[in-house]
Amino acid sequence: MDTALCLAWFEEAARLVHRDRDRLTALDAAIGDGDHGANLDRGLTEVGKALAESPPGSPAETLLTVGTTLIRRVGGASGPLYGSLFRQMGRTLGSPATLAAFASAFDEGVVAVERLGKAALGDKTMIDALVPASRALSLAVRDGVGVLQAVEQAARAAQEGAEATIPMQARKGRASYLGERSIGHMDPGASSSALFMEALAAVVRRAGAGAA
Amino acid sequence: MKKLINTADSVVEDALNGMVAAHPSLRLRDRVVYRAEGPRRGKVGVVSGGGSGHEPLHAGFVGHGMLDAACPGEIFTSPVPDQIMEATQAVDGGAGVLHIIKNYTGDVLNFEMAAELVEDVEVASVLVDDDVAVQDSLYTAGRRGTGATLFVEKIAGALAEEGAPLAEVAAVAREVDERSRSFGIALTSCTTPAAGKPLFDLPETDVELGIGIHGEPGRARVPMRPARELAALAAEAVHGDLPLRDDVLVMVNGMGGTPLMELYVVFAEVAAFVRGKGARVTRSLVGNYVTSLDMQGFSLSVCRLDDRLTRLWDAPVETPALRWGR
Repeated sequence: MDTALCLAWFEEAARLVHRDRDRLTALDAAIGDGDHGANLDRGLTEVGKALAESPPGSPAETLLTVGTTLIRRVGGASGPLYGSLFRQMGRTLGSPATLAAFASAFDEGVVAVERLGKAALGDKTMIDALVPASRALSLAVRDGVGVLQAVEQAARAAQEGAEATIPMQARKGRASYLGERSIGHMDPGASSSALFMEALAAVVRRAGAGAA
Repeated sequence: MKKLINTADSVVEDALNGMVAAHPSLRLRDRVVYRAEGPRRGKVGVVSGGGSGHEPLHAGFVGHGMLDAACPGEIFTSPVPDQIMEATQAVDGGAGVLHIIKNYTGDVLNFEMAAELVEDVEVASVLVDDDVAVQDSLYTAGRRGTGATLFVEKIAGALAEEGAPLAEVAAVAREVDERSRSFGIALTSCTTPAAGKPLFDLPETDVELGIGIHGEPGRARVPMRPARELAALAAEAVHGDLPLRDDVLVMVNGMGGTPLMELYVVFAEVAAFVRGKGARVTRSLVGNYVTSLDMQGFSLSVCRLDDRLTRLWDAPVETPALRWGR
């Protein structure tokens, strides 16, 4: 992954979140407080501004700027959680940013989210999309598949993970206050996590399967 | 849905500007509301904050005997660490700062991050988690902070004003939280300016039991019934978790869209319930204090008082939304 691809990732993520803003907000209104779409849309707009103001020189720098901006500008739980994901990735992403380095940094980022949110698989949170995505990336590295196939598998795993939150009863976040009434709705954080992975797959596809 | 706003994006900023214009005792700087007179040397600073939409909480409680600063976030969204850091550094009078945090994942994360980033200020924090509608467990996010936040801010603020050290102010804040419980009932949902329509559908015939303060749905939905029965439902939920006895502070809080007349109807029923359990309502508060935009409904909050807490509750307070004794 080079800097241009990393920048394209967050441009695409901003576009997808903006496109799905109302859908994310509706998911959040069902089991939370109905602000997830608006907050993330606002946060990624701020990210775009920050990246334009001081253009980063590497994928790691890009991720650090994204993470710091989300922590400082979004508020709520999603700001610090997504912010920690990308900031931790930025701290640990080695150079060159090969698929193996990216997968390892992504895993570190997900661990940071788990630690901060004190959430585990099955709690009906973004973790339920991020952990399967991380596992898919690690498996792809182990199996030596191409970059495009790896990120497409990760995007699919994240989407399946988000869908798997529908029958879960929430144990963390605002949906946990509903108890059994949280069952039957997709977790909005898991759904937006799947969008981030979908955005990554889209920009890699566009850049050509050879780019890494 | 008609709203008295300019734009949905500017509503928080516009409201804060109006608030400081109406109350010369307040100052607004970088999305933080301060006491105009600034920090007092040797006094513990008391800072709270949270999403907007709960007015007068928190900025309406900034002033003598209560908060030194309030950090308002977007509507129903916690403030960001920068605001909290700024506020903490600005109100420190050398005796440290207490953070009063409602127990929501977002509020907790942002206050934690701010506390880590603050330099050269001793910070203590207390979590308010009084809502008995949420089952508490080690494996969940725990109970929500709702109406008792006002009790914690008032009593901790009073002790800080007397010059008590940070550890004591934090301890009394925790004690108030432990002695307080709340339960809310909604007759309608609420409408955020951004969404423009109610966050959930609630038919004319039904009420939601165990609601929070963000328009999130409650624990159960039951048919509408007389105020006496709704008051009893709320009071039983509270009493079942923390038995009412001796001296009790009772707040019947409106969710923002309920006429005061109806809140007094509820208060009469709650007072009779408390007496029926052999306890005494020695202090009371009725009005819209911890709201959820235009939601109709009420929350009941109680705190079991002792002589010290009663004295601190009675201590002078001078804020836009709460003032007595001065």
